[in-house]
Amino acid sequence: MTRDQPLLTVKHLTMRFGGLVAIDDLSFTAQTGEITAIIGPNGAGKTTVFNCLTGFYKPTVGRLTMMRDGTPWLLEQLEDYRISREAGVARTFQNIRIFPQMSVLENLIVAQHVSLMKASGNSVLALFGIGGYRKAERKAVDLARYWLDRVDLTDRADEDAGSLSYGAQRRLEIARAMCTRPSLLCLDEPAAGLNPRESGDLNELLRFVRDEHKIGLLLIEHDMGVVMEISDHIVVLDYGRKIADGLPDQVKNDPAVIRAYLGEDDLAEIGGGN
Amino acid sequence: MEYFLQQLINGLTLGAIYGLIAIGYTMVYGIIGMINFAHGEIYMIGAFISLVSIMLLESVAGGSIIVALFIVLIVSMILTSIYGWALERVAYRPLRSSPRLAALISAIGMSIALGNYVQLTQGARNKTLQPVVQGNIELMAREDGFTVVLSYMQVGIIVTTVVLMIGFSLMISRTSLGRAQRACEQDRTMAALLGVNVDRTISLTFVMGAALAAVAGFLVVLYYGVIDFYIGFLAGIKAFSAAVLGGIGSIPGAMLGGVLIGLIEAFWSGYFSIEYKDVAAFSILVLVLIFRPTGLLGQPEVEKV
Amino acid sequence: MTTAGAEAPKIAVKDIFREAGLTALVSLSLLIPVVGFRIANRGGDQFLETRWPEVAIAVALIFFGRMFLILIRNGRLAMPITGGVVIAAIGWLAPIPSEFLRVVAISAGLVIVARAGFVVFTAQQKAATGRGFADGYRKALPWLAAALIVFALVLPFLPFSGRRLIDIAILVLTYVMLGWGLNIVVGLAGLLDLGYVAFYAVGAYSYALLATYFDFSFWICLPLAGLFAGFFGIILGFPVLRLRGDYLAIVTLGFGEMVRVILLNWVSLTKGPDGISGVSRPSFFGLEFKRYPPEGTESFHQFFGLEYSSLHRVIFLYYLILILALATNFFTRRIRTLPTGRAWEALREDEIACRSLGINPRNTKLSAFAIGAMFGGFAGSFFATRQGFISPESFTFLESAIILAIVVLGGMGSQMGVILAAVVLIGIPEYVRDLQEYRMLAFGAGMVLIMSWRPRGLLSHRDPTILLHSSRAKSS
Repeated sequence: MTRDQPLLTVKHLTMRFGGLVAIDDLSFTAQTGEITAIIGPNGAGKTTVFNCLTGFYKPTVGRLTMMRDGTPWLLEQLEDYRISREAGVARTFQNIRIFPQMSVLENLIVAQHVSLMKASGNSVLALFGIGGYRKAERKAVDLARYWLDRVDLTDRADEDAGSLSYGAQRRLEIARAMCTRPSLLCLDEPAAGLNPRESGDLNELLRFVRDEHKIGLLLIEHDMGVVMEISDHIVVLDYGRKIADGLPDQVKNDPAVIRAYLGEDDLAEIGGGN
Repeated sequence: MEYFLQQLINGLTLGAIYGLIAIGYTMVYGIIGMINFAHGEIYMIGAFISLVSIMLLESVAGGSIIVALFIVLIVSMILTSIYGWALERVAYRPLRSSPRLAALISAIGMSIALGNYVQLTQGARNKTLQPVVQGNIELMAREDGFTVVLSYMQVGIIVTTVVLMIGFSLMISRTSLGRAQRACEQDRTMAALLGVNVDRTISLTFVMGAALAAVAGFLVVLYYGVIDFYIGFLAGIKAFSAAVLGGIGSIPGAMLGGVLIGLIEAFWSGYFSIEYKDVAAFSILVLVLIFRPTGLLGQPEVEKV
Repeated sequence: MTTAGAEAPKIAVKDIFREAGLTALVSLSLLIPVVGFRIANRGGDQFLETRWPEVAIAVALIFFGRMFLILIRNGRLAMPITGGVVIAAIGWLAPIPSEFLRVVAISAGLVIVARAGFVVFTAQQKAATGRGFADGYRKALPWLAAALIVFALVLPFLPFSGRRLIDIAILVLTYVMLGWGLNIVVGLAGLLDLGYVAFYAVGAYSYALLATYFDFSFWICLPLAGLFAGFFGIILGFPVLRLRGDYLAIVTLGFGEMVRVILLNWVSLTKGPDGISGVSRPSFFGLEFKRYPPEGTESFHQFFGLEYSSLHRVIFLYYLILILALATNFFTRRIRTLPTGRAWEALREDEIACRSLGINPRNTKLSAFAIGAMFGGFAGSFFATRQGFISPESFTFLESAIILAIVVLGGMGSQMGVILAAVVLIGIPEYVRDLQEYRMLAFGAGMVLIMSWRPRGLLSHRDPTILLHSSRAKSS
């Protein structure tokens, strides 16, 4: 895959719910090996973009092209589970969605369902002990252990995921998403509810993912500290429309962005675009 | 044409009765998010209490029929409401914060227990009533002698149902109780924080549902003249199907669903076969749920991802 | 009134009397119309009877019962326990007019004592550190399971095992198998199925029809019946894919009823209410269990040089259902370590998260329905061959409710729990058969009570199917 061809290309994405236009003709790209942040005031439509990308909503209009191993996938036409399975898009959720009654390790094993199903002959062969399922399971555990070490949850691998603290559950969700071996990782407000130290750890983790695994990351975030610190590219939404798109320094000083966040009157108060 | 009209009348009457029971299901589901599995048995108990009251009054005798019936209706509604209240206190309130499945099992247990309680105390045989309200209005006659009739009883059922429906809709939209109910339906915690007495609102919902079920039971005793301890189960499934068909949580929906199921049953048994009439009504429900899971008048539930 | 200790809160006698009194008053209004007046039939007549003594006794029971329950709730156990015993004793010994009340009195007494016991048990469980109890249970489990299996294997040969006990054991095992089968759908995949009896029925009828029309042997009919049932599971599964929770419950309930109605009315196929009789009984690999075997064949007792005994067939049936049940259990434990089983459990936890991990919810749900149905079908086949006769009456909603109750009461997903619940709900009532009439009432009341006392079931407990740190010594 060449550097010129973006990992993810969003063209003219529009999402209408009845009379309400949640996203209005949005276009942007995300590159692999980069962290792209989508920011904007509340209600700007950020999570809706994610839901369109990951198949939970069907876009009213738009073309969403995802490149995986040289093959383009049209996300707007794929069913949600196939977007993860075949197009390699993984996500975390705003309201954490782990499997609370299963152990931490089991959460990560479930994430590798697709490859394990293949190795077990859709579970049927493995039921009778045929095939190399146990070996595949051991490899799956190895991958799980790798990510558990990265998110510092190895000690708690056998505990119920539901008993973990909020921050730990967030880390678990990210580890679980990475166990699906994605090409694009979408994170929906990963820093929400984290204290400064935890946010710092999160930054480190995301940079690690970007640098060591060379995938693309798409990030919705309100915490400007995190956004400015780690993003390579920022897209700003307001009322469903893109109002800025570029490097962090550019976006930070963009008057349209400041206006969207602070409002017209406040803008006049601080002397316009400082 | 005449035959069609007759089935239409029969179906509407039957549907009105289902609708009355269905409203109880939909109100309870709306407010606590659970099927009141024992609601069918409440209806059955309402029918039994009505019959006992009528037999009691008949043995005492005297007085105009209409007044006597009215007294029976009120008594039945009151006593059945207490059953509804007790049901909520015993089987639902203790499990409000427990896993949903636990509450469901408890409800099924109450349904079984109540049904058998009546079976043991009243005996398993049918109980009958000689017709009290008699007389028909002849609408249309055919050459071969088949006449479309609308009985006074049927008129009574439809009028009673319409009156109750109007009263209920007014109550839900105008009174503070109705507002409290709608608040609890949407966000129970917030309603409590705003001063709504959630326990009392829920109790009252059960009570109202039970009262309507009592009316249905009373009407059934008069209309069909025969009841047994098992009528609650079948009517319960159908009435709940009606509530779901119309859109759970919607009172007009419950009545609409009830009428539809009544009509389907009447037409199916009139034109096809009586044995499979329950299957027919039920299959319609399944089809509706496949294509419109929230029912005909229900609001689509948007799950936040 | 005894004080149970310094921690127990002080309660006013006045308040207890008031609460109990109110409860009694409400009960009075409930009991008068239904118990006080009875619509009696004698000959062709129908008339009203009154039964005021019954009402009075019932209200008194409720008054004292409520009082004792309040005391238990507040930690004072001595008086309620004695009170419960006294009530039960009165029920047993005193000349009470109606049988019904006698039973109610004894049960009320026992329930009060049981409630006290539950409270003590739950408190002790909490007192032992949460982890400690779970760990202890986990360590004991393999031994417990092994002991149970050994016991089950030798049961028919134990000194106290008569025909009746083995029959009850067969019944309990049938329900255990059904519980384990339903557990796949409800406990593992979290799909609320209230119509499981439909698969039981399909299995039984498929077996009966195959056996009577085609004269296939048990070992051929069984898998075929299971396949039919599994196929039926898929048919049921398709329309309900998008339904959740209570909607799913009511539709599956309806399907169960539909199956029963169809079995009742499709007379040309199923012989309707008369049912199918003459279903062939199983043979021990060709050896019939008859006193006088048909021409040219040997019978079981002849082959092994034993005296003919009707017990032989019963014991064979017992081992048959034991094997079937153990197979179900084995399958469940194994599938949980395989991707399909894990996907089922993940689906139960959060369907949306599953989709985001590439799991196809449609296939996952259908496989749960199909496989759960298949085991139900196997159980149905066994039922048909054991009875030799089946009719739609055996496949009512009540059966679905009982099986679901076994799964939930036992503790969702807990294999041991299903065994315990089946013994309690099926075994004990069968043993006390003379109270058959009250069985259903007790059953319903029992469901309500157990759910309100232990909402998570008797033995709810989930062990992870795979451990990263396999030595428990690590945890502090």
